Amino acid sequence: MEFIGGKFLQVVIALAVFAAIIGLIMLLVDRAPKSAKDKITVAGFLAPAAILLLVGLVYPAAQTSFLAFTDASGKLNGVDNFVWMFTQPEALVTLRNTIIWTVLVPLLSTVFGLAYAVFIDKAKGERILKALVFMPMAISFVGAGIIWKLVYDYRGPEIEQTGVLNALRVAFGMEPKQFLLDAPENTIFLIIVMVWIQTGFAMVILSAAIKGVPAELVEASRLDGANPWQQFRNVTIPGIRGSLVVVLTTITIATLKVFDIVRTMTAGNYETSVVANEMYTQAFRAGEPGRGAALALILFLLVLPIVVYNARVLRQQKEIR
Amino acid sequence: MTVMPAPDEAANTRTAATRGGGTAAPAESSAPIMRRVKSKLTSRWATAAALVIAVVWTIPTFGLLVSSFRPAAKQVGPRSDGWWNFFGDWQFTFKNYADVTAAGGSQSANLTQYFANSLAIVIPVTVFVLVLASMAAYIFAWGKFRGREAAFIFVFALQIIPLQMTLIPLLQLFTQVLQIPPGSYTQLWIAHTIFGLPLGIFLLHNFISEIPGEVIEAAKMDGAGHTTIFWRVILPLSVPALASLAIFQFLWVWNDLLVALVFSGGTADVAPITQRLAEISGTRGARDYLNPAAAFVSIIVPLAVFFSLQRYFVRGLLAGGLKG
Repeated sequence: MEFIGGKFLQVVIALAVFAAIIGLIMLLVDRAPKSAKDKITVAGFLAPAAILLLVGLVYPAAQTSFLAFTDASGKLNGVDNFVWMFTQPEALVTLRNTIIWTVLVPLLSTVFGLAYAVFIDKAKGERILKALVFMPMAISFVGAGIIWKLVYDYRGPEIEQTGVLNALRVAFGMEPKQFLLDAPENTIFLIIVMVWIQTGFAMVILSAAIKGVPAELVEASRLDGANPWQQFRNVTIPGIRGSLVVVLTTITIATLKVFDIVRTMTAGNYETSVVANEMYTQAFRAGEPGRGAALALILFLLVLPIVVYNARVLRQQKEIR
Repeated sequence: MTVMPAPDEAANTRTAATRGGGTAAPAESSAPIMRRVKSKLTSRWATAAALVIAVVWTIPTFGLLVSSFRPAAKQVGPRSDGWWNFFGDWQFTFKNYADVTAAGGSQSANLTQYFANSLAIVIPVTVFVLVLASMAAYIFAWGKFRGREAAFIFVFALQIIPLQMTLIPLLQLFTQVLQIPPGSYTQLWIAHTIFGLPLGIFLLHNFISEIPGEVIEAAKMDGAGHTTIFWRVILPLSVPALASLAIFQFLWVWNDLLVALVFSGGTADVAPITQRLAEISGTRGARDYLNPAAAFVSIIVPLAVFFSLQRYFVRGLLAGGLKG
């Protein structure tokens, strides 16, 4: 218990120091001479965030971009790291997996999320049904990894299965399968975990969007003789286009950066590594910061166009409104 | 976003009533009835599909919950079987939970320590981000200086930078330049605060800039300075947005693994519960039966936060609270 007391004390000290810094800033702003008051206010209020962002985000990002062109000892080595990335078999597997992830996860999550949102719209117990599918959003990727390891659990064919999926396979007369070991399909089984988490996100955003589609429009198309599928395709989908883009792009970005699931379930072994995991492995485990930085840079270049596109769609929507 | 009233049912009964008035030709009146039957059918299929999805999505977590209460011999070893057998033999124990939380040697999961670490990391970070982000957001929304728009767009754009890009230099900066001792909370506090700021500023700016200008003008008339306006007017009015951001921040930091792996040093003094969980689940062995209970100890806090404050969480998501 004394340990915990020590932790508590550290937290209290940190909060006190923080309060003192903020208090000092407020005091300086308040006591500033009238002539410079506005300038000092701006500087004082912005300074902490600005310093943290410049030192902790902008500078490191620039530094990493430079590191990407150095070798393990810190000497410049041109584009060697990138050559390694695009030629070595193990690195190529990583890139291939990342592509599979970024295609499948956004697509499947959005399809499931949209279907579910439509199915439960105005249904009895909508709130509870939503919460069930939304719940994985609150669970850490590590926790999700453990949950799904149990689902995929494998035992030899001679003893009782403890994983749901293998128990089902045996019940149907099939051999139990090593879901996480057999490449290349094991990547798919990791992807399912991410889909399980992201579907709730897609569902919540799309559900709100569906409720925003004017009911008169849907009703009008119904009276025109459109069947439910046609109503959905011709009225609902165009009505939620903006939200669909946001959902797809957001999940794509989250998927590109996925790390914890791979780390906890296979640690990137058995040909399941992805860029974000390989970046960590190279930089902090294999002593190759240059390669790690190169992978991080690639990640940035992959994310960049998606974010720009996303921002443009959001702006267009704002202008329409 | 307003929730539309359910128009379907009402409209249906209305058309049925007017058509049922009598004089319409049979061909005309049968069409809407057919349609109603059809849409009832499709909605039955839709309900079934929704239930299937709900069940499939819930079973994994439910299985883990059940497993966490099953005795060791039922989970590993020759007499083990699947968690669903629990409903046949009803062997129930709290021992797994007692074991994972008990303080013991290096062999034990010792989760109480890591649980306390997670709280000790999360709480200050959430406070730091809320205060610093709202200060910056206030100035970006109501301050007067040249280049305000450009500076705000720049901060917004910082969300593009993946965490991964900052880790190596940031670690060097902390240990070599700033001499912050490794294996202390300080590195984690600062790192998480930095990563939370861009989105925090963006979210709060959206909210604070919508506060009517008259409110602020009125406060100025009464002689209030910037600090008074910020603490007495802006912050109280921003509580809904602050609540959303606080929940996000809490969940991200509690659930984070990557930042912890890089900056915590991995000891029971500092490392959060996710890191410990990844460790114990990563090593296969005779103590595997503790994994479900350990996972649940770590999941319980975010789930509680999530279920009690779901409204704010969803509101934040809809306001564009999206981070990867």
